[in-house]
Amino acid sequence: MSEEQSFTLDGRRVPFQAGQTIMAAALAAGVYIPHLCFNREFAPHGSCRVCLVGVNGRMQAACTTPAAAGQTVESETGEIREIRRGILQMLFVEGNHVCPACEKSGACQLQAVAYYVGMLAPHYTHFYPRRPVDASHPEAVIDFNRCILCELCVRASRDVDGKNVFAVQGRGIEAHLVVNTPSGKLGATDFSIHDKAAQVCPTGAILTKHRGYEIPIGQRLYDRKPISVVGDVATLSESKGGRRHD
Amino acid sequence: MIESKLKIATCSLAGCFGCHMSLLDLDERLFELAERVELDRSPLTDIKELGECDLGLIEGGVCNAENVHVLMEFRARCKILVAIGACALNGGVPAMRNQYDLKDCLEESYLRGIGLVNPQIPNDPEIPLLLNQVHPLHEVVKIDYFLPGCPPSADAIWTFVNQLLSGQPLALPYTQIHYD
Ligand code: SF4
Ligand code: SF4
Ligand code: FES
Repeated sequence: MSEEQSFTLDGRRVPFQAGQTIMAAALAAGVYIPHLCFNREFAPHGSCRVCLVGVNGRMQAACTTPAAAGQTVESETGEIREIRRGILQMLFVEGNHVCPACEKSGACQLQAVAYYVGMLAPHYTHFYPRRPVDASHPEAVIDFNRCILCELCVRASRDVDGKNVFAVQGRGIEAHLVVNTPSGKLGATDFSIHDKAAQVCPTGAILTKHRGYEIPIGQRLYDRKPISVVGDVATLSESKGGRRHD
Repeated sequence: MIESKLKIATCSLAGCFGCHMSLLDLDERLFELAERVELDRSPLTDIKELGECDLGLIEGGVCNAENVHVLMEFRARCKILVAIGACALNGGVPAMRNQYDLKDCLEESYLRGIGLVNPQIPNDPEIPLLLNQVHPLHEVVKIDYFLPGCPPSADAIWTFVNQLLSGQPLALPYTQIHYD
């Protein structure tokens, strides 16, 4: 048996196994590090930067940094909280997030993480980009206004469903989610609501049709307790107010 | 002598008055508030001219030239200016029109709308000119505090106003922070 190795996270000892990332080890130890593009069922993507932690004084993404013995990791400091808040604010102004008009509100990971880091307002100047809504599929609708480019649907469709329905096209500010058909319409693909890709979106960008506002305000996933206690919408089953199919 | 009351002004710009309804939802707590503050210009008073105020609470974003004017006046006369509710913070539902050109919005409502008689785009000089896009308050003037919600609950407003008036650090409990 290999000797147990550990690092410290905000002063607390966290054990890890060889090959584990800081995020995976923290999660296994029951310590929450905010994240959006990370989902334990998929290879880490390292794109949203919300999981930023100080590793021996250097800022790194917890979901892609391998844990190492003796590391000193900081997560809940004022400075890191502020950086995370800034990242969330940028995500909000870059898209169009009208939470009062969004079906996922209350059970949205983006919103819940923003609450967690104490974001009261978006602070920056809004881009108000013009992005389409695709309602061509009989079972699902995609509202590109709410996409944060976490590529979880891309990974799920490619790696689990074997369908490769989604992709991200363009670079930098031009980067956007596309559907892999000549028309660019979801209705022209073999996407199904039972696909893994339909269950992983952390926002209201991918929604199930013909169902909506089923859970009253006050009883939604993140209405009473923060995401650090409740867990991610994509990892919780539908019966618990999450997205995962039972 | 009774110490002088703090002066508060409120207004609704491109909002639906929902945030003011939430303020009224304070119910009997309004009596307690009235002991400590005096309302200046507000939809709840009939004061037309904004005086020098300690606190200004603004609901709604900025969608027309008059909104800009009123907002700048509030900024000039209020020591502390607070953006209240989703529309004031990020444009909210009215900003959904930013997805379209203003001309298309007007034509859709006034020329192509269903059941219109004598369709025409209103251009009376009394009607404030619309801005090309709806903007949140902080894109026009400096805002000191933000209170999210659509609307923020009366409890959230109560917590916020009390902490502010008593000079405590602002800290809302988890259940009082929401964007919808
Ligand atoms: S996706 Fe989330 S953050 Fe965006 S509008 Fe919907 S509830 Fe709000
Ligand atoms: S649609 Fe959802 S899952 Fe896909 S990239 Fe956008 S935010 Fe991520
Ligand atoms: S969760 Fe680590 S970068 Fe997105």
